[in-house]
Amino acid sequence: MKLPEQVTRLGIVIAVLLAVVLALRFFILPASLFSAKPHQAATVVREMAKPLHHAGVASCRKCHEEQFEAKYAGYHRNIGCENCHGPSARHAADEKAELPKKPKDREFCLACHAYDASRPNGFPQVDPQQHNPRKRCVACHDPHDPVPDETPTECGGCHGRIEHTKALSAHALLACTDCHKVDEQHMVHPRSALPTKPQDREACGRCHGLDSADPAASKARVDFASHGGTYVCWECHYAHLPEGPRK
Amino acid sequence: MNKRDFLKEAIVFFPAAGVLSALTCEAAGKEPSGSAAPGYDPTDHWYGMGVDVDKCIGCNRCVEACKAENNVPDEPFFFRTWIERYTITSDGETTVECISNKPRSLDQVVPADPNVVRTFFVPKLCNQCAHPPCVQVCPVGATFQTKDGVVLVDEKRCIGCRYCIQACPYGARYLNPNTRTADKCTFCYHRITKGLVPACVEVCPTEARIFGDMKGKADRLVRFERANVVSVLKPDLNTEPKVLYASLDGEVR
Repeated sequence: MKLPEQVTRLGIVIAVLLAVVLALRFFILPASLFSAKPHQAATVVREMAKPLHHAGVASCRKCHEEQFEAKYAGYHRNIGCENCHGPSARHAADEKAELPKKPKDREFCLACHAYDASRPNGFPQVDPQQHNPRKRCVACHDPHDPVPDETPTECGGCHGRIEHTKALSAHALLACTDCHKVDEQHMVHPRSALPTKPQDREACGRCHGLDSADPAASKARVDFASHGGTYVCWECHYAHLPEGPRK
Repeated sequence: MNKRDFLKEAIVFFPAAGVLSALTCEAAGKEPSGSAAPGYDPTDHWYGMGVDVDKCIGCNRCVEACKAENNVPDEPFFFRTWIERYTITSDGETTVECISNKPRSLDQVVPADPNVVRTFFVPKLCNQCAHPPCVQVCPVGATFQTKDGVVLVDEKRCIGCRYCIQACPYGARYLNPNTRTADKCTFCYHRITKGLVPACVEVCPTEARIFGDMKGKADRLVRFERANVVSVLKPDLNTEPKVLYASLDGEVR
């Protein structure tokens, strides 16, 4: 059987069109039209080329070694220079282009050091209304080496809230060190030596056990054999306010 | 050439010229040209961040530094990173409040409320998930994960449809009003690829944030992971965040 001529022509036209389309798709059009990779690579290049605003402690140190050393030995050792002095990449590239700011107002220090209940225990905080109101912090404290007038000797120097709670509780007469062993080092570098907590029931049992002779705890004696299973006391009772709500 | 021939040829010539010029632009401009800085191999790294909730003092310096470093709009509702205050009262209620969106009044010290059981700050940012939901939903492939594990947004491809903002379980994305594209934390990609730390880590005064590389053997992040009980936000979603939290309270979402 012979194909009619118009069918053959149509077939040829379709074959040519197909060939053109395939050639366009696979040989002529660049692969980047169909792949996300070049776009992603271009984005990565673009992101990496963005300008720096913070130079980083290492580049500050190149010129300001003295300040860095002073800061590194003190309580502010972990604070990057640009925390206070602001983004200074332009100053690092050309020292005359821009001078970093030197914040001297009270509010700047209080952003970290004003009392806030949500701040971690032991972080040095002051009540701005009590602590030399309206005086600039830098008048007494060197921000590169912010030594408190002296290393705190009382626990309440840092743990004021706990001390305050305890002073109004039945445990007012107990010293912090009756329950916590505190290394001297903790006063200087708080996180390098954490105080201990009582790890056994005996610590409370000395006063609160049935056989205790301590008159102060006479109202709160329990039979340690039957009370509380094997839990350490402070897992249920808050020792700084023992008459408060139990957990 | 008569008028009919001219029109015939013009019909073919102008579209063909348009297509060809577009193709040449595409081929010349978009080919990856030196995809990374010399000496930087993204496959060597897998970046993450460690956040110690116990150390955060809520000073907002990280938020300010981030805005300065990344040109985040100043308005107090655009954030790449922000800080939340969690307050848990004795009746079991948890209140969460963003403290980065209002100027703090420093004259007024809020006295400790006896009903508050626990209260603390939690820094939040893009979790740079290993399985990012935002990447899955992007209809134009504008957001993607780099080989070093950072999720980036292609500003030129993003059409600003906000699907990714909806899809992010951590609320870490926002629509930048200037570019009208989605924007988010990049771990300061321009800094970390040069060996610097992100701006928020650079300025954090208490080392509540640390930055590191999970592929580094003695890296800070690896040590952080080893030394702390770390958890991630919303682990049930299986997004595998690379922002690790230490001392994280169970109430934090």
